[in-house]
Amino acid sequence: MSAALIDLWPYLILVTVGFLPNEIWRVLGLVLARGLNEDSQVVMWSRAIATATLAGVIAKLLLFSNGSLAAIPLGVRLGAAAIGFVVFLLAKRSVFAGVAVGEMALLAGGFLFAR
Amino acid sequence: MSGSLTFNSSTAAFLGGVRSAFMSVFFLVLAGTYVGLGALAHDFGLSVFWLTLSTLLVWAAPAQVILISGIGTGAALIEVALAITLSAIRLFPMVVALLPLVRTRDTRLRDLILPTHFTSVSMWVESLRVLPMLAPERRAAFCNGLSVGYMGAAIGFGFVGYYLAAGLPPLLAATLLFLTPLSFLISTARNARMMMDRLALGLGLGLGALLTVMNVQFDLMWAGIGGGTLAYVIHRVREAAT
Repeated sequence: MSAALIDLWPYLILVTVGFLPNEIWRVLGLVLARGLNEDSQVVMWSRAIATATLAGVIAKLLLFSNGSLAAIPLGVRLGAAAIGFVVFLLAKRSVFAGVAVGEMALLAGGFLFAR
Repeated sequence: MSGSLTFNSSTAAFLGGVRSAFMSVFFLVLAGTYVGLGALAHDFGLSVFWLTLSTLLVWAAPAQVILISGIGTGAALIEVALAITLSAIRLFPMVVALLPLVRTRDTRLRDLILPTHFTSVSMWVESLRVLPMLAPERRAAFCNGLSVGYMGAAIGFGFVGYYLAAGLPPLLAATLLFLTPLSFLISTARNARMMMDRLALGLGLGLGALLTVMNVQFDLMWAGIGGGTLAYVIHRVREAAT
């Protein structure tokens, strides 16, 4: 490979392997969403699928954490998420309160039980 | 959180979006995520300019993690591309659910290109909450401002992570990583005002956990399609019954 190609290689990968396979789904959504209004059944169904997929991502991140979070025991991660959620409900649905207390619970649990 | 937000111009709506981005909980999420991504890019020898460009073009943290670690570990490129496209399927229903909120009768297709490209979890969750309170003709500008604010924060924190790299104590790094699932969970619950959304959240959590533990292939796709469709069907049946 020439020197120029070696320099450009990571950018070529970024566009072909990173950008295009990711962007295609957004573009498909743009094409399909034409002419639909926000109360249409397809849009409602899409919202339910998007919400459930996001929930699946959350479950996966909590159960199979990676990096430094993996060193925190599963029970602490699930417990801290549950505590944050309950505080969110009790604190008049305040996201900041729930996230702050959940984070503190993780910090405390990690400090006490870290492997 | 009922009531409405009024902006006199598109510029004001755009700036209002930027301000919302900096005041929302996702600002912290992006900080946690992109400090981590910056450190990862640094460790795998990619330049900070490459990282910034990947945030601008890909704008999806899971895909960026797959891409950076794929390049870093020398994985087969076709496998990396496949993993990225599977992780990105979620963007499709998000765009379909978002654009009808952004569009008015006079909106041209090219005005939807930016909101489409900007669609990501943080922007989607916040837009679905805020856009219904705005006049339809201001929504696209607000959405773009919100996204520019989030993207700017992501790029900035990418730099921070890149230059701090491995200097973070492990417990602090763990709490940063924990921000993502915790705030996604709580902010999605806040948005779930309709029974259908609550069902979709609960079913997605349950199915996602089950399929992940059972090591099923394409677990997230099945959790989304299965849980979402079930929630939608239950909603339709209940509506028909009343």
